[in-house]
Parts: sequence; C-alpha cells; structure tokens
Amino acid sequence: MTKAKIQADALKDCRGVGCPMNLVYTKVELAKLQAGQILEIHLDDGAPINNVPGSAEKEGHRIIGKKQLPDGAWSVLIEKG
Amino acid sequence: MRDFSEAQLERYSRHILLQDVGVEGQAKLMEARVLIVGAGGLGAPIGLYLAAAGIGKIGIVDGDTVDLSNLQRQVIHFEKDIDTPKVASAREKMLAINPEIEVVTYQKCLRADNIREIIRDYDFVVDGTDNFPTKFLVNDACVMEGIPFSHGGILRFDGQTMTVVPGKSPCYRCTFRQPPPPDAVPTCSQAGVLGAIAGMLGTIQAAEVLKFVTGVGDLLTGTLLTFDAKTMDFKKIKLHKQKNCPVCGEAPTITELYDEEQAVCNLHN
Repeated sequence: MTKAKIQADALKDCRGVGCPMNLVYTKVELAKLQAGQILEIHLDDGAPINNVPGSAEKEGHRIIGKKQLPDGAWSVLIEKG
Repeated sequence: MRDFSEAQLERYSRHILLQDVGVEGQAKLMEARVLIVGAGGLGAPIGLYLAAAGIGKIGIVDGDTVDLSNLQRQVIHFEKDIDTPKVASAREKMLAINPEIEVVTYQKCLRADNIREIIRDYDFVVDGTDNFPTKFLVNDACVMEGIPFSHGGILRFDGQTMTVVPGKSPCYRCTFRQPPPPDAVPTCSQAGVLGAIAGMLGTIQAAEVLKFVTGVGDLLTGTLLTFDAKTMDFKKIKLHKQKNCPVCGEAPTITELYDEEQAVCNLHN
C-alpha cells in the first residue's frame, strides 16, 4: 500500500493561511480526532511546510505522509498521537 | 469539544499554540469563574490579564471609588475615572479588552456576613486586598467553602504570594495565625509602594489562576514566594500544613466567620 492511499479521517485546507494560524487550525482539527486517526492538512510551500509538521511532531503526533500538490502547496498526513 | 469562532481562534492563538494549554486548556479558561477581591494595585493587572485570557466569568469586589493617588499603580483606572466606583471602572476596561467575557461587579466591602454567598459562585478567588482583616476573612471563607485562592500582598518594595488549595495545602492561617494589631503594620497609603511591583505580583497571581484552571505546572501551594524589588531577590519559602491550625487543622477553633476589629473600609487614606 502506498502512502497516497491512506484514507484521512479529516481534511483541513490551510493554503493561504500563514504561520502560526495554520498550526492553530491543525491543533483544532487534531483535537477533534481520536488517537490513531489521521488528519490531512494542506500547507503552503515555504515557512508553513517547514514549520507545521515539525511542531505537530513535537506535540506527540506522527507525520505519516507528505507530498507536493500540483499548485506547489503540500499535503501532509498527520496521525494523532 | 467547544466550538471556537475564527475570531476566537485568532484571539487565543498564543494560548492554543502552547502544548500544555491547547484548545482544551483555552476551553477550560472560557468556562472558568474567578472572583477578584480588590480592584486596586493587584486587582488591576489581575483583571486585565484574566479578561484578556478569556476567563468566562470574572467577579470583582471593591467598595471604593477611584482616587488620583491610585493612578500611580492601579493601571486599570484612568484619570477620567476619578470619583467613579473602582469596580465599574475596572469592568469597563476588561470588557474593552474582551467583550466576550462576563464581568460581575460587587460594589461593597467583603464582610463575615456576605463573603460566603459571593465566593460560592466562583471556582477560584484572588486576594488583591490591602488589609489584613480581609486577607484573613478571604482565607477563612475559602477554607470553609473549599474554594482555592491566591493570597497576595505588596508594601514598599516587597511582595509576597502563595496559593491555597483547601484540604490539600497549608492555608494562610497555618503560617500567619492572626492579623497584626491595627496600626502595627502600615498600609500602602502610609508606607508607600513602588508602582510597578503591583504589576509584578498581580501578574504572578494571574498566572497562578491560568495554571490552576488549565491544570498546567505546579502551583505555589505550600510555598510563599517573596521578592524584594530593591535587589530583585526572589525567595521561595516552604510552608507546611499545621495540624493545630485554627481554621484548617484537625480541631478548628474558628468555625464561624467574624469581622476583625479593624474596619475593612476605614483603611483608605
């Protein structure tokens, strides 16, 4: 099974949302999930993709997938810790 | 989980970003009820920070009106507020910072016959009074009602604070048995106080409230924190629960509240 086929339990599009509000939205969405469930989040290239996944990992969540979208933004799969 | 509006997420983003607080912690703050006793030097920063933090219901007790001599340290009151009730002046500023909260005012002095019914509506009490009779009254009433509180006091260049969780940690009376005789200790109006230390101590008390509500970190329970702003020395003194404490000990002798001989409202000016 490839990472692209992992089914996310929730999706949050944070394209166009700067730091740190993209992390705030990510935390809000993760708070709604149970441990082990997966959030797919869309982040802009640059500071957002460079910061948000690391911050989520520091809080005990797991990054299980990351791919660039056609528009240059990123899709990140986060498993709630 | 509580639904946050977009504006709330932005307003409280710096709390939500904290790993130890997060959306859950902010939701707890928004559901908390905190009573501030005194809208003076300590009550000013406490009121401003608790309002800013989004504490859902904040009560504020003070029987006084704003005086020109208050403005050197009581930063919640402005020159235009002189001669108006302190609680109304404080409420106006707190709602100007955060219109989403509820601020309940009690324009009166706390006494033995009214304190219990007032504090009963709150989860936590913050003592920002300027006199010993009220500090002991707040302690005794909070112990009897089982409501946690923060004690705070400032004079000249010195500040001290401790947090009391009745039943678990030593109370104010475990260490300080009774108020000093009237006139043995000068009040701020007689001895003076460095303005900024009101902010130093009041913000420590406000931080204790936020920690208590969110459950983050270790409270100043069993610990008297003191500072001397002249040297900026901070000290922590360990305190212990006393079995023979007259209010929270094994055989309490204070089982009913009483007003000390020094009239609470006669201390100003």
